[in-house]
Parts: sequence; C-alpha cells; structure tokens
Amino acid sequence: MLVKVFVTLKEGVLDPQGKAVENSLHSLGFGAVREVRVGKYLELNLDVAEAGDAEQQAQRMCEKLLANPVIEDYRFEVSG
Amino acid sequence: MRWGVAVFPGSCDDDDVVHSLRHVLGHDVRTLWHKDPFDGRCDGVVLPGGFSYGDYLRAGAMARFAPVMQGIVDFAATGGLVLGICNGFQILCEAGLLPGALTRNESLRFVCRRVTLRVEHARSPFTRTARPGDLLEMPVKHGEGRYYADALTLDELRDHGQVLLRYADAVGGTPDAANPNGSVENIAGVCNRRRNVFGLMPHPEDATEELLGGVGGLTIFSSMAAEVERRNGA
Repeated sequence: MLVKVFVTLKEGVLDPQGKAVENSLHSLGFGAVREVRVGKYLELNLDVAEAGDAEQQAQRMCEKLLANPVIEDYRFEVSG
Repeated sequence: MRWGVAVFPGSCDDDDVVHSLRHVLGHDVRTLWHKDPFDGRCDGVVLPGGFSYGDYLRAGAMARFAPVMQGIVDFAATGGLVLGICNGFQILCEAGLLPGALTRNESLRFVCRRVTLRVEHARSPFTRTARPGDLLEMPVKHGEGRYYADALTLDELRDHGQVLLRYADAVGGTPDAANPNGSVENIAGVCNRRRNVFGLMPHPEDATEELLGGVGGLTIFSSMAAEVERRNGA
C-alpha cells in the first residue's frame, strides 16, 4: 500500500518560507499570487494488504512522529 | 552537584556544557549516550545544542524517541531538574515536556550573535540566583529558534509565570529589534508548570568565562546548583 502524507503549517503559524517564495514569484511577474504556504510531502510504502490497516497505521504515525500537532496539520491518501 | 549531559548523534555543544560544568564550576559530570537507558542518578540533566539526528523531519523530532529519553522523562516526572539548550529546547518541546514549538527563524537566516536576556521570574530553579529584571548576555546560534505557542498557551504561560527569559535590549526593553528570530512576545526560554523543566534557545554554556566574552550563562547553572543544595539541605 502506498500512503501519501501531506504536512502543512497550521493556519495562523507564520510561514517565512512561504513568504519568501511568494516574494520570488511576484518578482518573476506572477502578480496573481496572494499567499504561499510551504509544506512537506512524504511517501510511505507499507507492507500491509488492507487499506483500512494502512490508514490506521498512517494515522498513528502522523500523530506520533510525522507531524507536530502544535504547529502542523496533516492529511493522507492511501492507494493500492 | 552531579550532572548528566545527554549525547545524541549530531549533538555538538555537549563538550561545551561538560567543560563549563566540570572545569568552570567544578561539578561532577557524566555523559548520557543516547542509546543507553538513563538510571536517573543525577541532580540535573542537560540536553545540549546541536543537530540531533541531522534535524531530519523537524528539529528534535527524532531525539525524543531515543532510549535515553525515557529515563529523562521519568526523571522529570519525579521532579528532577532538566535543562534543554537550543536543540535540547526543541527536543523538550517535541517530547511534550514543554509547551509550544520552535520554528524557522522569521528571517530564514541562521542567526549567530550575542543577545541580551531579561529575567522575568526568579522564582524558578533555573533563575533563583537572579532578580527579576536582571539582564544576562549569552550567544544564540540557530536557524530554527522562533518560539511559537497559540494564544491560549501564551495566556497560560503568563498566568503561571512560565516565561523565564525574554530577548531584550541594553536597557531591558523588549522591542522587535532585540528579537533575533521572531519569537512570539520575545520569548527566549520557558519552563513547565511544575518549574523543573526549562528550555532556552541561547547558550549559557558559551557564556561561563570572561575569555568567552562574559559570564551571563553562569546564572542558569549556578541557580540549578543552588536549588539542588536547597533540596538536599531540606
């Protein structure tokens, strides 16, 4: 099973990286850009047969290690 | 005073801490290897600065699961004094022993300079030899030191006097210009509610001798030693 995990900064947490990318995009002429938030993307290959099992494990991994709930939100997608 | 200094792969300020405690203060020090369990037989534990486990994923995220950490968590739970410096502060936040988190500096730049810190509360084992309003000078050197906590947590920190140090200017004000990393409310160091676990981004171990440009850091270690003496005498 392939699990794709997306970790993003919570709303309200300052994202200086996003700000720097936004400024760069503006200077390249992409004036329509209003806000940029930079996050993390992880791919996990799990040796399990059931999607439900993969979901449960991914949930626990996010809570324990992959995201810091003080500053980050996460979501994930499971595919076969 | 018997100290334990944790050593993780990627720690780089452990020797500076050991030097300050052993040779400047003349205390007993042993290092605590990250793979070994910790028996708790110390008066104080220091988690030093550096880049434990390469700062992969998030600074401090991996170190909290090192075997030595379980013993340190137990030690803290029994009231033992735990000091986290820089990466050590990040580890304590990741481990949930301290509230909040340390995030990328607002400037996105690694900052390496001397800062002035204002002592907010002397009623703690880490600042007990100081007075509120005292100014301490120490260096900072970090890329991810911007303290963040949500509004509710900040209220709790204020209500319980848990912010022990703030970045300040030479006269004790706390303008933005004195804040090296964009930390909320100029917060440089916080303790837990029980006041036996403390984390700060500046490096007291690099300000313990005049040769290093000042001795502002001695206050932290001397306070902890005074606290242990008080406990043992009681």
